[in-house]
Amino acid sequence: MTQDTKILDVQNLIAGYGKTRILEQVNIEAHLNKVAVIVGPNGAGKSTLLKAVFRLNQCFSGDIIYNQQSIINHETDSLVSLGIACVPQTQNIFPSLSVMENLEIGTYAANNPNVAQTLEHVLGLFPDLAAKLNQPAGELSGGQRQMVAIGRALMSKPKLLLLDEPTAGLSPAYLEVIFDLILQIRDTGVSVLMVEQNAKQALRIADTDYVLVNGENAFSGSGKELLANDEVRRSFLGGGAPQ
Amino acid sequence: MIDFINYYLIPGVTLGSIYALGAVGISMIFGILRFAHFAHGDLMTVGAYAALTTVWVTGLPALATIPVAIAVTCIVALLMDKWFYKPLRALPTIYTVIASFGVAMLLRSSIQLIWGTDSQVYFTGFQKPMIFFDTLRIASRHIQFIVFTVLIAFALHYFLNKTRTGKSMRAVADDPELASICGLKTETVIRATWIIGAALTAIAGIFVGLDTDVHTNLGWNLLLPMFAAALLGGIGKPMGAMVGGLIIGIAEEICTYPIFGESLIEPSYKSAVAFVLMVIILIFRPQGLFKGRLL
Repeated sequence: MTQDTKILDVQNLIAGYGKTRILEQVNIEAHLNKVAVIVGPNGAGKSTLLKAVFRLNQCFSGDIIYNQQSIINHETDSLVSLGIACVPQTQNIFPSLSVMENLEIGTYAANNPNVAQTLEHVLGLFPDLAAKLNQPAGELSGGQRQMVAIGRALMSKPKLLLLDEPTAGLSPAYLEVIFDLILQIRDTGVSVLMVEQNAKQALRIADTDYVLVNGENAFSGSGKELLANDEVRRSFLGGGAPQ
Repeated sequence: MIDFINYYLIPGVTLGSIYALGAVGISMIFGILRFAHFAHGDLMTVGAYAALTTVWVTGLPALATIPVAIAVTCIVALLMDKWFYKPLRALPTIYTVIASFGVAMLLRSSIQLIWGTDSQVYFTGFQKPMIFFDTLRIASRHIQFIVFTVLIAFALHYFLNKTRTGKSMRAVADDPELASICGLKTETVIRATWIIGAALTAIAGIFVGLDTDVHTNLGWNLLLPMFAAALLGGIGKPMGAMVGGLIIGIAEEICTYPIFGESLIEPSYKSAVAFVLMVIILIFRPQGLFKGRLL
């Protein structure tokens, strides 16, 4: 596979909850070893799109191609073994389980034979967790919980990592830490598809970016292109010159 | 003091062991499947009658029939889930709760049809208690119940904390949707929950039958104290349910102890103690002793 190989291709997707349609004919792509970011105003359908990719809501039509196979009819619990891992925005840890147990859970569905090696890699990315392995995850701070959640997803050795607003509710000090980590994760060979509210920062690390408005594609391009786009800046980034 | 130990504390621990084994299943089902399983007492009765039939057929002592009772009760529990509860899984919990009342009646009526309504016993005759230090009198079956329960508690603790299935069960109890996102097969976890809950309640049913007699209301009569034990320990916390069961059993027995010449509570009212404790827990510590799920 080349570096620009599509790992995920969402085609004309119409999806929502129950009988309500939220997404209308949405198209997005994620490429191998790249970060794709979805931004947009509240209610644009960003999280709905991520949930649709991970088969957590209703898909009415369109297709979701992962690694050249359609996953639109797959059950959620079967996607981890295919190499997709998802970190939800909230309630993304098992609070009564220890940090170590949370990380272990990530390996169960993935048939990962090198658990010790993966654990070492994850603790290398999140050294703060090493001292807290036996602590219940529910006792950690918001930033540490996010690290546990991302760490658990990485324990399954995913090819594609879906992140739903990984910086939501975190202090500004943690924002840069999380964005740096996402780049480190990408550099280890994991493709990332991320929904993010902190659009300016997210666009800086995005290789590809999509702006959703009212459940439809509004803009797409590289992060730099969108940061330089006057309409995008005015409508979604609070105006101002690109930095 | 020795009378207190012989006639109140030891029977309390024995009764508590029975409640503990039954309450584990109730707590786990509540924690993982998110509903109050009112047929759990009757599942216990199924275990007691399966053992009774095996005793009749083979002539084995009742405790030796535990594997057969466990097998039969597990099969009944898994079929019960497949036929009655699984189709209701996506609906609001109240449907499953009401269904469990129906299943309870179905099980009890089936038992009455198959085995009749008369009380039965595993063996006839009188067992002399064992005497220690000339004063401490314990029935050998009570020692067996307590030893079995302690061993089961250790095994359960190991299973839940050290095995993959046990950790998956705790994860599903914490958050079923996240467990599914992590790729855990929730239906496999649900099956494991039924198997463990049914196995332990079958053992409890045999203990009750050995201690008193086997009758069709055996499990139904114990449902309230078992629920109280599960709540006291914390919903979704099996070890909490075991501790809760012991506390309820001991409290029921020692509340009849005559401190100043008269019992604190008339022995005929002792079963109300579980109810009172359950109300107190729900008001003052709804998450239970082991910080379980809030109702």
